Amino acid sequence: MDVFQMIATALADRYGLDASEITPDTELISIGVDSLDAAELLMALEEKIGVEIEPTKKLATIKDVVATVEAAQNESDSF
Amino acid sequence: MNRRVVVTGMGAVTPIGIGVRNFWSNLKDGVCGIGPITRFDASRVKSSLAGEVKNFDPLDWLEKAEVGKMDRSAQFAVAAASEAMQLSGVAGTFDPNRAAVYLGTGIGGFETNEANCFKLFDKGPRRVSPFFVPMMIANMPAGLLAIRYDFRGAALPAVTACASGSNAIGEAVRAIRHGYADVALTGGTEAPIVEVGVAGFNSMKALSTAEDPNAASLPFDARRAGFVIAEGAAVLVLEEYERAKNRGAKIYGEIVGYGSTCDAYHMTAPRPDADGAARAVSEALREAGWQAGESVYVNAHGTGTHLNDVAETRALKIAFGEEEARRLAISSTKSATGHMLGAAGAAEAIVCLKALAENVAPPTLNLLEPDPECDLDYIPSTKREAKFDLAISNSFGFGGHNACLAFRRIGG
Repeated sequence: MDVFQMIATALADRYGLDASEITPDTELISIGVDSLDAAELLMALEEKIGVEIEPTKKLATIKDVVATVEAAQNESDSF
Repeated sequence: MNRRVVVTGMGAVTPIGIGVRNFWSNLKDGVCGIGPITRFDASRVKSSLAGEVKNFDPLDWLEKAEVGKMDRSAQFAVAAASEAMQLSGVAGTFDPNRAAVYLGTGIGGFETNEANCFKLFDKGPRRVSPFFVPMMIANMPAGLLAIRYDFRGAALPAVTACASGSNAIGEAVRAIRHGYADVALTGGTEAPIVEVGVAGFNSMKALSTAEDPNAASLPFDARRAGFVIAEGAAVLVLEEYERAKNRGAKIYGEIVGYGSTCDAYHMTAPRPDADGAARAVSEALREAGWQAGESVYVNAHGTGTHLNDVAETRALKIAFGEEEARRLAISSTKSATGHMLGAAGAAEAIVCLKALAENVAPPTLNLLEPDPECDLDYIPSTKREAKFDLAISNSFGFGGHNACLAFRRIGG
């Protein structure tokens, strides 16, 4: 599963949303995801992919979350 | 300023039923809500029984996204508040800045606390939820109700162990009585049936270890050997009397007295002379204008611990005088529900209001072997019909907290 799909599925499960309604440009706040929710989402993704995720910028859209997760994966791969 | 305070809404989530109607009818019918612990694997702890809320689906009251961010205790509070608000019809009739929340809980988010400690031990600090702190802190049910119903006045928890529910209601009464609020959501909630909780109460020797659900919560019975832990919530809508009357609200009764004292004696044991408890009862009776000869229903704290039931009996004799104490109709509904800790006083306030409204007092279930040290009338086994002038509810908590609430019907 690619990173975007993984995030969309996790959010859909948690918020009772239809995963197909979530796009890369969806703003987190528009689906009720605040900073605590985002922190919890990253924790769940960490658990899933087994690498530590430390966001370096504010997460406004799904695209930002995807970039953050991919960056963590790449950093982990480079070791 | 000394304004009258009335109850215009009630909601309950209890081991003998969700909703006030179910709670009250099962209570009158002698239904016992105690059964085997299912909330966790209880094979390692000494107590095997609890008063669990059955068939509680938080999705009946909350959106899916909200459920995971609220401890079970907060979910109960929302469910009870939702019923109380709906019944009251108060929404939209008040100035939010004049609306207060006083909600008790003895412990706070006990399940959340335990679950995150397990995560810390098993997986390390990176797996402790960002919602751990907000879900655990004991003021959050009060905060969540304020958010949900837009109550922008004081929003405070009462955290006085097993007196929390009664203290919360009493403080809400004072806030309205003295003009700090016109409307209040108040009561208590608790969800303590977790392994660490049961283990802790077991280590104190506070809990019954009986295996028979009908011989476990035995208030005032010579066989009693501790309380049965239970969960639930109860919430009242309180309003200043004139505003409630003017908007044509249905009034379920008046809260006419509140006493609040501390034993200042011991962390967990009640004062053997029962002075603190007696002063709380006396204070509530004084505010209520009690007179000798009135017909009084007492919803006892009646936990079924050896020390409480003897001290409470003594307190009633001091507060009412020996002769009047013998005329009291007393019951402990913890015989049916178990002990809902911080929710107990709030659920028992509902019992008092219903007893006055319907002229019937629920029984103390399974009271078969009277204790010579508890020698008053505890309404054993079956309900009693009688017209009561006054009802009082006692709640006493670890820390030496004593609270007593007094209720009357509106219009005699």
